[in-house]
Amino acid sequence: MLVLGVTAGIFVVVGGLLLYSVIRFRYRESDSKREPPQVYGSTQIELSWTVIPILIVVMLFLSTTRVILDTQAAPKPSNALDVTVIGHQFWWEYRYPKLGVVTANELHIPVSDPAKPTRTYLTLLSADTDHSFWVPRLAGKTDLIPNRVNSMWIDPQQPGVYLGQCAQYCGTQHAKMLLRVYAQSPEDFTAWIKQQQMSATADLSGNAAAIEGQTVFMHSACINCHTIAGTVATGRFGPDLTHLASRDTIASGPVKNTPENLRQWIADPNSMKPGVLMPSMHLNDHDLDVITAYLATLH
Amino acid sequence: MAHAPVLAVIDQTETKRRPPLDVVYEWVTTVDHKKIGLMYIAYALIFLLVGGFEAVLMRIQLAVPNNHFVSPQVFNRLFTMHGTTMVFFMGMPILFGFGNYLVPLMIGARDMAFPRLNAFSFWISAFGGALLYFSYLGGDGLYGMGSAPDVGWFAYAPLTAKVFSPGHSTDYWTLSILLSGIGTTGTALNIMTTTICMRCKGMKLSRMPLFVWLMVVTSFLVFVAVSPLTAAQIMLTLDRYLGAHFFDTQAGGSAVLWMHFFWIFGHPEVYILVLPAFGFISEMIPVFSRKAIFGYPAMVAASVAIGFISLSVWAHHMFTVGMGPAGNTFFVFSTMVISVPTGIKIFNWLGTLWGGKIIFKVPMMFSLAFMFQFLIAGLTGIMLSAAPFNWQLSASYFVIAHFHYVLVGAIVTALFGAFYYWYPKVTGRMMSETLGKWHFWLFIIGFHMTFDVMHVPGLLGMPRRIYTYEAGRGWDTLNLIVGIGAVFQTVGTLIFVYNMVRSYRHGELAGHDPWDAWTLEWATQSPPPAYNFAVEPTVRSRRPLWDLKHPEDQDENFE
Amino acid sequence: MMQTTSTIPISAQAETPWVLPSRGIVGMACLIIAESAIFLIFVVAYIYYIGRSLSGPTPAQVLELPILSTICLLSSSFTIHYAVGALRKDNVRGCTLGLAGTVLLGAIFLMMTAREWYHLIHDLGLTIRTNLFGTTFYSLVGLHASHVVIGLTMLTIALALSLRGSVTEKHAERLEVLSLYWHFVDGVWVVVFMVVYVLGR
Repeated sequence: MLVLGVTAGIFVVVGGLLLYSVIRFRYRESDSKREPPQVYGSTQIELSWTVIPILIVVMLFLSTTRVILDTQAAPKPSNALDVTVIGHQFWWEYRYPKLGVVTANELHIPVSDPAKPTRTYLTLLSADTDHSFWVPRLAGKTDLIPNRVNSMWIDPQQPGVYLGQCAQYCGTQHAKMLLRVYAQSPEDFTAWIKQQQMSATADLSGNAAAIEGQTVFMHSACINCHTIAGTVATGRFGPDLTHLASRDTIASGPVKNTPENLRQWIADPNSMKPGVLMPSMHLNDHDLDVITAYLATLH
Repeated sequence: MAHAPVLAVIDQTETKRRPPLDVVYEWVTTVDHKKIGLMYIAYALIFLLVGGFEAVLMRIQLAVPNNHFVSPQVFNRLFTMHGTTMVFFMGMPILFGFGNYLVPLMIGARDMAFPRLNAFSFWISAFGGALLYFSYLGGDGLYGMGSAPDVGWFAYAPLTAKVFSPGHSTDYWTLSILLSGIGTTGTALNIMTTTICMRCKGMKLSRMPLFVWLMVVTSFLVFVAVSPLTAAQIMLTLDRYLGAHFFDTQAGGSAVLWMHFFWIFGHPEVYILVLPAFGFISEMIPVFSRKAIFGYPAMVAASVAIGFISLSVWAHHMFTVGMGPAGNTFFVFSTMVISVPTGIKIFNWLGTLWGGKIIFKVPMMFSLAFMFQFLIAGLTGIMLSAAPFNWQLSASYFVIAHFHYVLVGAIVTALFGAFYYWYPKVTGRMMSETLGKWHFWLFIIGFHMTFDVMHVPGLLGMPRRIYTYEAGRGWDTLNLIVGIGAVFQTVGTLIFVYNMVRSYRHGELAGHDPWDAWTLEWATQSPPPAYNFAVEPTVRSRRPLWDLKHPEDQDENFE
Repeated sequence: MMQTTSTIPISAQAETPWVLPSRGIVGMACLIIAESAIFLIFVVAYIYYIGRSLSGPTPAQVLELPILSTICLLSSSFTIHYAVGALRKDNVRGCTLGLAGTVLLGAIFLMMTAREWYHLIHDLGLTIRTNLFGTTFYSLVGLHASHVVIGLTMLTIALALSLRGSVTEKHAERLEVLSLYWHFVDGVWVVVFMVVYVLGR
């Protein structure tokens, strides 16, 4: 705010002087043809317009430093939630190390009570190139850089969904590497965690399509990239699908999570996100139907 | 108003039309600084149009959400090529072209210190540009944009590693810039040596026109800043082809190291671009205010200070990479400090206007637009220098708006003014004032429509380098307005090009000093003869022609 | 048709004679500044990566102090200095001898570097792609060696011209410009030696 105020003030003063001089000192036909008095400088004036900006700079610098320290050097509270964020081309992996939860693209965190803040501390890593975690309404961005550990904290005080996206060009589909942060009440958050901690052990009896879909899935190459906890699918290259059906979006944000979209995505990811690294699995229509039915049971 | 007599001239008028092949041969083999300067400028203008076209394509794609005008692959190549072209193959050549043309004239010399090096520098830079654009034809060919680079103009590692960028697109980027860097270093060497060793009698360093001073500081920055880029390019190529690990994070290499090396170049680079623009303004504002520049010694000191300080601010492009508070704080400080000498320059220009008799010819209109726009650009820069602000706004459209405000609002605006100001000297004819005013207003309106508005999507969270965006973020209408402004700028620029072409044959004859100016280039013919001055001048003050025109009030009494 | 109205006074001898520095020296100084900046970046990369290789041979394990080649290279600065001084005094024979000595010492330096590299690559298995040490070592020392090659080429041309009898006292300044380049190359070696063979081990 101070920065904005100071810069606005400078704009008004200098811009005003500029406008004034352009109007006041314009050449008028009625003027004498002589050149105006040649003024080569004025030590006093020049000194003052050197010293005053220096003072302004010092003031801005000190106030900025205070904010930097408040943000980066703030001590970590003991009740903070730890989440590890791993950036991939073109999706987000989230791991809650102390809670044994792994998920993707949609980050759930508890909302923070201003009286007793429960900050979420993010450890930022990358599996491939540079990315950047930016949720404008929550915090400034911090980059995810391979072979480097960065960290930041967020402290949402209103429950709700916060939109963000990758903010460091990471390749073809940088534009659609979206992310969502769900700030939930402590009760809702605990319930969500409990659900995420469970393996995919839903009872599929009575849902023939889903049972067949599970079999097809476990015998196809899907398991090389994706994990579904409690099954033979333990791939780490793509997002964890154990609770896929509990998410609002797929494809890291740009596509709503509906059965039609999901089916289309599996059939040909490039049709929805050209340049994405997930290949088309070339499944026939029947297999697509049953796999979709199976994945729809993964709450 | 009095006009100074022309210096002695040996008549060289050639009236016969020469065979075209002879003319081409003459230009291709020339070592004359004036011709080389004009070739740089013509070459840069072509790339201005091409780079502008690339920008227009991007704005069409972004005019509405979820657009399908171009694919993401094409868009990513467009923004990479747009940035690379405008910085290396438009900005640098055009400014060094003006420097090449004007510096020897302004110091009363006959040519540059090393004319053959001058020609070599031009041709190697030109080859670099051709190489970069050849990339469109490599690989799949033109519509899919072939092998044009798509890694962004600052090509962060490890996206540029072989594993993430297979094929040759990154190599076109690396090699074309490497070649142009060699050319730029050669030209800077020439300018520095010419200025130190070939000034005419009496032209002490403290009597040189400010444009020459600014070219000297620029040249120094080229030596110290372009070389780190050259080094980094070599390292990247070693990584990509010999299996080296400079930026190979899998082998323990550091992606941040590339960022440091690139921005150690990248930040001084933007000062290399802006200092000559300051030079143009420092020449034009006094002439059209009819007053000497206010505070010449302070202007020199501020320029030199800006040069040195600019070497220490680079990591303000890296506030988000997780440097600790100490690192962040240092770069906040150095960046804020550079605003002091920059502000001094603005105040001195203001002081020159104050009490003058301001004449609103087209060069002055562009100079005044420069002042307003550069002021705003500097202020958004101060905002960005506050690291916490930066954490939100870095890599967003706010930054794009800021740097285009400097590059287009300040540098290109000053360049347009410089064209109208020195065109009479180069061609002997005036450009049309009427067309110039159309150009001015269309361009300025378009500029503000695009770049004022562009700050807002950044504040609303729109990151840069995205080929599309979702509806409902509040960005839609803003992007549309930004695109419409681009159309105005395009029309304005086309009028400018037309004006230049038309005025070559139909412009009013200019004579040797149409603006009643005071520096040495106006003391010779328009266009100057090959040897510049028949007799090397001797000067006694900063404004030798003022002394001649005002024997009762000579500048040398006031130095 | 000649117009002779020059009204800018030419006489003006009131001030001291107008003497400006030599173009060759200033130009070479500019080149040296630019080249120093390139070397600096490679040195920074080398220092940054000291101790960070994930595997493979370390400097302490494979590097030996190149004392003899360093002596040769640094002595060659003296020989070229002598050559320039001789030429200024119109002693063309002395100049030729000095140039020959410089070329010889420079060539010995290069040969010993080549031997060192052969040993490192074939016997110890250290290449540019082995690890971070390999990458930064070969690139930095290689960049220096390439500058030695360029310098030697120019010196050999100068030597050949001198042997032919084409070099006279009026070329002394040009030879001095070349010698500045050679001194720069030697200076860079001092830095490379300290950083790679002393600090890095």
